[in-house]
Amino acid sequence: MNTIRKIGLLLLIAGIVLFTASLFLSDFRADRSAIESVLNEKEQQHLLDPLTDVLTSTEASSAFALSKTIRSTYTAVNDSLRKSEKWDEVMYAEPRELASRIARASVTGTVAENRGLWLFLTFGLAIAGGLMFILPNVVLKPHPGIKNDHVFQSKATARGWIGWIVFGWLVGFYILLYFYPDLTISWALIADPVSQWIKGQPGDRWFLYGLMYCTVMVVMGIRMFVKYRGNKYQTLRTASVVFFQVCFAFLIPELMMRFNMPAMDFKNIWPLDYDFFFSWNIDQKLQAGTLGLFMMIWGTLLIIVAVPVFVYFFGKRWYCSWVCGCGGLAETLGDPYRQLSDKSLKAWKIERWLIHGVLVFAVVMTGLTLYTYFSGVSQVWFADTYDIQKTYGFLIGSVFAGVIGTGFYPVMGSRVWCRFGCPLAAYLGLVQRFKSRFRITTNGGQCISCGNCSTYCEMGIDVRWYAQRGQNIVRSSCVGCGICSAVCPRGVLKLENGPEEGRISDDPILIGREGVRLNGSVMGDRRG
Amino acid sequence: MTSSSLPWVRYPTGSDGNGQDLEGVQGLYSYQDLQLLEKNTHEAFTPQKRRMVTRAVIVGGGLIGVELAEMLMTRDIDVTFLVREDRFWGNVLPKEEGELVARHMRDHGVDLRFNTELDEIIPDKNGRAGAVRTKDGEEIECQLVGLTAGVRPNIDWLRDMPIETDKGILINEYLETSQEGVYAIGDCAQFRTPPPGRRPVEQVWYTGRMMGETVAQTLTGERTAYAPGHWFNSAKFFDIEYQTYGKVDAELSNHEADFYWEYDNGQIGLKIVFAKDTHTLIGVNSFGMRLRHEVFDKWLTDERSVEYVLEHLADANFDAEFYQRHEKAIVNQFNAAFGANIRPKRKSWKRILAAKPFAK
Repeated sequence: MNTIRKIGLLLLIAGIVLFTASLFLSDFRADRSAIESVLNEKEQQHLLDPLTDVLTSTEASSAFALSKTIRSTYTAVNDSLRKSEKWDEVMYAEPRELASRIARASVTGTVAENRGLWLFLTFGLAIAGGLMFILPNVVLKPHPGIKNDHVFQSKATARGWIGWIVFGWLVGFYILLYFYPDLTISWALIADPVSQWIKGQPGDRWFLYGLMYCTVMVVMGIRMFVKYRGNKYQTLRTASVVFFQVCFAFLIPELMMRFNMPAMDFKNIWPLDYDFFFSWNIDQKLQAGTLGLFMMIWGTLLIIVAVPVFVYFFGKRWYCSWVCGCGGLAETLGDPYRQLSDKSLKAWKIERWLIHGVLVFAVVMTGLTLYTYFSGVSQVWFADTYDIQKTYGFLIGSVFAGVIGTGFYPVMGSRVWCRFGCPLAAYLGLVQRFKSRFRITTNGGQCISCGNCSTYCEMGIDVRWYAQRGQNIVRSSCVGCGICSAVCPRGVLKLENGPEEGRISDDPILIGREGVRLNGSVMGDRRG
Repeated sequence: MTSSSLPWVRYPTGSDGNGQDLEGVQGLYSYQDLQLLEKNTHEAFTPQKRRMVTRAVIVGGGLIGVELAEMLMTRDIDVTFLVREDRFWGNVLPKEEGELVARHMRDHGVDLRFNTELDEIIPDKNGRAGAVRTKDGEEIECQLVGLTAGVRPNIDWLRDMPIETDKGILINEYLETSQEGVYAIGDCAQFRTPPPGRRPVEQVWYTGRMMGETVAQTLTGERTAYAPGHWFNSAKFFDIEYQTYGKVDAELSNHEADFYWEYDNGQIGLKIVFAKDTHTLIGVNSFGMRLRHEVFDKWLTDERSVEYVLEHLADANFDAEFYQRHEKAIVNQFNAAFGANIRPKRKSWKRILAAKPFAK
C-alpha cells in the first residue's frame, strides 16, 4: 500500500512537471492566413502586412520570441498612428492578448499535434497519481477518525521546503494564467479535447482553468471523503461544494455557451462576482431576451434576498463552505494547510480592515459603474469609472483572489482570500454577526484548552479563547466548516442554528463554578 | 491575608509517576516527560545509536496510558499494554464501558493484556530498557517502557515545612492550607472534608481549573468557598470520545440500578445510573456520542427521573449536524427492559435555553 502511494506521488509530480514543461514544447509558425483569421478589421488594415513580414521571414520560434515580435510591431504601428494623429485608427487591443490570438492560430509542435496524449500526460497522470496517493489510506488507516499526525513535522504542511516549492509553483501558475495568455498557449491546447467535447469550441486558458479547478476539487474532495469519513457534516459539505463547482461554475456556463446562450454561474453573487453590474454584462444579458432578464433578476435576488435570509437561518456557511467555488477550493486543495492561518490579534485586526476595505471598494466601484451606465458619463468627479473597474479587476480580482488567495495556501493557510479579501464574505459576515441564528455552541465547562479548534481553524479564529470561557463563538468571519467541532477531543463545540436569544454570551460562565462571581453577577444561588 | 498575596502561595507541585530508573523508562506527566519521549523515540533512530524503537510496553490501565499508546502508534511503534486489573480503567469504568474501550484499542492494534503485572524491567547490553518480565514470567522485548500506573501528589519537598500534609497538601473548603495565606489547588491538594459526593483528591483538569478560579476570587478580595457542582469529566480513547456527568462508579452500589445501550458497531454507548427506588438520575456515561453539559447538569440538579431523561434525550444531544440519532433505539431498549412506555420528545430549544446557567 505504501508502495502504491509512493508511485502515486511520483505520477502526480510527473503530471505537474509535464504540465509545466509543456509551455516550452510548442513552436510557432505564423503564416498570412493564420494571422488574418484572428485579427479584426482595423487590425487587419494596420497589422496584417507588417506582422506577416516579420513573422513569416523567421523560423519557427518560441512563444516568448513570437510574443515579443508581435508586441513590438504592434506598439510601433500604434505609435506611428498616434504620431500622425489618426486617433480613429489607433488600436486598443491588449498587446499580450493580441499576441496570444496569433500564437493560438500558429502553434505547432508536440503538444499541438498530440493534444489527447498531453491531456493524458498531464491531467491523466496527476489524477491517477493523486488517487493512488489518497485511496490507500482507506486500508492503511482502517478506522474512521481524523488523523492530523505529523502536520507540524511535515515539510509540506509546516512551511518546509516542499511548502515553499508549492507556493512558488502556485504563484507562478496564477501570474502566467492571468497575465501571460501569450505564453500559455500549450495549456489551452491541453484543454482542447475536453473543450471541443463539452463546449464545441477550441480550448482557451479559462476553459483550462475551469477544468483544472474542477479536477483538483474532485480529487482533493475524494481526499476529504477519506480523511473525514465517519463525519457526516464534512462528507455532505464536501459533496456540496464539489457539486456546485462542477455543475454550476463549470458545466452549465460552458454548455450555455455551446448553445449560444449568455453564460452565467448561477451561484456566483455580487460583490464576489464584481462585474455583475458592469455595462457589458448588463447589455449582454438584456440583449439575450427573457433568459438574460431572468439572469439579471436572479443575480439581484441572490444579493438582496438569498444572502440575508439564508445567513439568518443558517449562517454564512450556507454559501462559504457549502456552495462557493473559492471556498470549495480552500476546503479541498487547501485542507492540508488549514493549520497555517495566523491566530494573532494583529492578524484579526488586519483582516477586518482589509476585508471591509475591499467591500467598500467594491461598493464604490459598483456605484460608479451604475451611475455611468444610466447617465452615460464615465468621468465621475475625481476618477474614470473604467479605470477604477480595471484597477479593481487587477488588484482584487486577479492579484488578491488568485495569486495571493490561492498561491499563499502553503504559507498562510487555506482561506487567505476568504479571510482577508472577499467582499461577499464581508457582506455575509456582517449579517452573520448581527442578525443570524447560527452560532458555535460551547458545551458548558468541558473545554480542556487543548487548542485543536484554534489550530485547525482556517479563518484564524482563536476558537479556544471562547471555548475555555464557556462562550459561544459568534464571529463574522466563521465560514462554518465544522472542523473545530470535528477535531475537538472532548465534544465541546457544535455548529447549530437556534434562537437569537442567548446566542451571544458576554458573561463568561462555566458550569462547575458555582460560588464564583464575575462582572457583578451572582453565580452561587442557582441551586436555590 | 490581603489581596496582594504573593505568587508562591499556589505553587503548582503537580504529580509524578512511581518510577523506575533505567534509561528508556518513563512516565508522561509533564512537558519534560514529553521532551524525553521525543528523545527516547526519535533520537533512538540516529545512525550512531543504531537503536530502533519498534515496540513499547506500557504499564498502567488508565488515561495517561492510552494517550501514550496513541502517541507511540503515530510513530509506528507497536504497543503492548499491561493492565493489572481484569478490565480497562477498572477503578472508574463499569464493565461494559471498559470492554467497549478495550475492543476499540485492540481494533487499533494495541496488544492489550489484562490481569498482567510488571515484575521487572530488564536492561539491554547498553543499560537501557530492553525487555519487561511479567509476574507470569513472560518476557516481552521492547525498547521503551511507559509507566503510567497513576499519579500521586508530589509533595516530598514540603516534608520539612510546617504545612500539614497527608496524601496531598491538606486544605479546607476555601482551599486554605494550615498556614495562613498559603493555598493549595490542583493535583497536589487534598480536602480535609471533601465537598458532598466528591473525593478528597481529584486529579483532573477541570477541578484544577475551577480551584484556580476560586482561589483567584479569594486573592482579589472575596473569600470564596470551592463549590464545584456536579461531577463531570471527559476523555478520548483513540477515536472514541467519552463524557460523564454525575456519578457513575465502576461498581453499582446497593441502591443503584443502571441501563446500558450500545450501538451495533460497538463504538457508541450510553450508560445511565439511577436510584433503584425513585428512579432519580445519578449519573451518565457516554461513548462516541456527545451530550449537552448544561442539560444533564440541570437534570441532576432537578433530580429528574431516568424516564424523564430518556423522554427528553434529544435535548441533550450534542453530536454534529447530520449525525445518526439514537434516541429512539435507546428508548425502545429501555422500554423493553423495564416495561416502560416512554415516547421520546423532539428537541426543544426552550428547554435547552432554560438549562443555561443563570438563564433569566
